[in-house]
Amino acid sequence: MRHIISILLENEAGALSRVSGLFSARAFNIESLTVAPTEDPSLSRMTIVSVGSDDVIEQITKQLNKLIEVVKVVDLSEAAHIERELMLVKVRATGKDREEMKRIADIFRGRIIDVTESTYVIELTGNNAKLDAFLDAIDRTLILETVRTGVCGIGRGDRILKV
Amino acid sequence: MVLTGAEILIRCLQEEKVEFVFGYPGGSVLYIYDEMFKQDKFKHVLVRHEQAAVHAADAYSRSSQKIGVCLVTSGPGVTNAVTGIATAYMDSIPLVVITGQVPTAYIGQDAFQECDTVGITRPCVKHNFLVKDVKDLATTIKKAFYLAKTGRPGPVLVDIPKDVTNHKCEFSYPKSVTMRSYNPVTKGHTGQIKKAVQLLLEAKRPMIYAGGGVILSDAAELLKKLVKALGFPITNTLMGLGGYPGTDPQFLGMLGMHGTVEANMAMQHCDVLLAIGARFDDRVIGSPDHFAEQPRKIIHIDIDPSSISKRVKVDVPIVGGVSEVLEDLMKQLELAEAKPDAKALADWWQQIAEWRAKDCLKYKQGSKLIMPQFVIQKLYEVTGGNAFVSSDVGQHQMWAAQYYKFDKPRRWINSGGLGTMGFGLPAAMGVHFANPKATVACVTGEASIQMCIQELSTCKQYRLPIKIINLNNRYLGMVRQWQEMFHGNRYAESYIDALPDFVKLAEAYGHVGMQITKPEDVEPALRRAFTEHKNDLVFMDFITDQTANVFPMVAAGKGLSQMILAEDL
Ligand SMILES: Cc1ncc(C[n+]2csc(CCOP(=O)(O)OP(=O)(O)O)c2C)c(N)n1
Repeated sequence: MRHIISILLENEAGALSRVSGLFSARAFNIESLTVAPTEDPSLSRMTIVSVGSDDVIEQITKQLNKLIEVVKVVDLSEAAHIERELMLVKVRATGKDREEMKRIADIFRGRIIDVTESTYVIELTGNNAKLDAFLDAIDRTLILETVRTGVCGIGRGDRILKV
Repeated sequence: MVLTGAEILIRCLQEEKVEFVFGYPGGSVLYIYDEMFKQDKFKHVLVRHEQAAVHAADAYSRSSQKIGVCLVTSGPGVTNAVTGIATAYMDSIPLVVITGQVPTAYIGQDAFQECDTVGITRPCVKHNFLVKDVKDLATTIKKAFYLAKTGRPGPVLVDIPKDVTNHKCEFSYPKSVTMRSYNPVTKGHTGQIKKAVQLLLEAKRPMIYAGGGVILSDAAELLKKLVKALGFPITNTLMGLGGYPGTDPQFLGMLGMHGTVEANMAMQHCDVLLAIGARFDDRVIGSPDHFAEQPRKIIHIDIDPSSISKRVKVDVPIVGGVSEVLEDLMKQLELAEAKPDAKALADWWQQIAEWRAKDCLKYKQGSKLIMPQFVIQKLYEVTGGNAFVSSDVGQHQMWAAQYYKFDKPRRWINSGGLGTMGFGLPAAMGVHFANPKATVACVTGEASIQMCIQELSTCKQYRLPIKIINLNNRYLGMVRQWQEMFHGNRYAESYIDALPDFVKLAEAYGHVGMQITKPEDVEPALRRAFTEHKNDLVFMDFITDQTANVFPMVAAGKGLSQMILAEDL
């Protein structure tokens, strides 16, 4: 099963490599990893998407908790949560493709944030599936480049991850 | 008071009541050595290889419950130390490892003797630090000692660039540390402990399986009380030996790959298993699938939640320090109205007696070749079972574990987790520094001893009267045993050719050497070594039967009840 693990950790040099090193040393899977400081600059918030059986995910959370710099760990997918990912896609946009590209971007609530004579950069946020669907909807041969941030997530309502 | 980084470090070590620092100097730690030279509150022990510094600090800790401290230089000093650090990490031994680093401005420039110490050691330390500012030094050292010893213990490394040891700042040693991200649980959950007591009292075929956690948590006395109160059988892991008295009738011997029939069978066939400070290691329970074939209820006490339900699913997890939890468990047991089921227990002990009757550790000592088991048995008799015994890795290690009955904790010093050849001799040195009056023996093989043989020189310098028991079978014995059993007798590179004359070698280092070739000389030679040569290091080279194998044996990946016994072959 796919799980979204949220981690609050000390914003210290090396903390990221402790987490990524743990995943490779113990052969845990990482689909994506995002990290940035929080409103309290001494803390970072990390979101890891991993696929594994319940036993494996249990080990992952326990092993993460064991890292000295990790303050808190939650498996967001255990309860109601929201996940988002940001994608930037550079596409070839010439002739009649320009109109078509704009139309599809609108349908997906994407925004064109850079325009040249022959290209667009489209910004899109959503969950994984939505971003994948957008890529499927446009003509693949027109894609020049895609960049995705990886998933970040947050619990709904009163579920709060804080020190 | 304004001090340099080097002065601060020395003051911190003094504040921590460090007695010995095991180390080896080099460019990046010269300010530190200079300051150390000017003080006499603690001593420095100069080893001959950094690996030995870490093993010695490690065994100092294992044999004394204090924190071991070592100090090495940057680059090759660190890489040499890595084996020692990984060894301590696998066995959860509290160490503080101080490493020199190139000056901060040179970091990342491929400077002379630079290596990414924090990166290289990250996977084999509990935690590590790079101190970039002298203002952080004292708190970092305080944290290092705190982290090493609390929770699940382990080595903590502090990397200090050379310029930091020469920069100055105001010094005050923090009285305590709090870290919002580190709050290990020590007290077990009362509800879980009650459940455990209930299960134990309902058990028909109970079994207790205790590991190194008992020793690390200084819980041997409590464990004995509990086992006596319950009347249950108990086994120890390789790391747990001495955590329960080896000569007690309720003790079934060690379990695992080379465990006794009674311990392994009771483990496999029990209906309630109480696991204490042990981690269901592959060398201990064999295949988890086979282990699961006989359903049983499992209670698991461990300070590290990630050790629980890692290889084997447990029914009653109890996270906490072994001594804290056992204390609460005893209290709950005393409050409980029920008593263990005497009738069921009697039947269970009857079954165990049948397994015991197999006498699986028997061997024959003939008149020609010395059997290695015989040497250990005699070592046990001659030392009255009171020696500290360090060991290397291989067959000799298993025989020492099987035939030396440890009644007390912290007497059996071996690299159980990493299985590091070369550990034995430097470990014996560390034991000696922690217990200067004790009898210390190092059980080794002719291959293992050569991995840190240079330490004979350290032993000379510090007059360490260690007795080296070299079970010399001219083979990488454990490798040869696997090749004989699983690789069609093809002894690829396991014969050790061109062995040195160990007697002369010992003499060259200024020690006493003896070679023993006949069974009847074993005991007299041991007696001479431990009496006449009490104050000398004696290298005892026992020429043993080359074909001897360690039994019982559970082949890798098999289950605990699938043992091969000596008589099967
Ligand atoms: C550093 C290291 N290298 C290799 C091994 C693999 N190994 C395990 S036991 C063994 C043989 C040890 O031979 P010896 O010290 O003579 O002991 P014996 O088994 O003969 O008693 C080897 C090579 C190891 N455990 N450690």
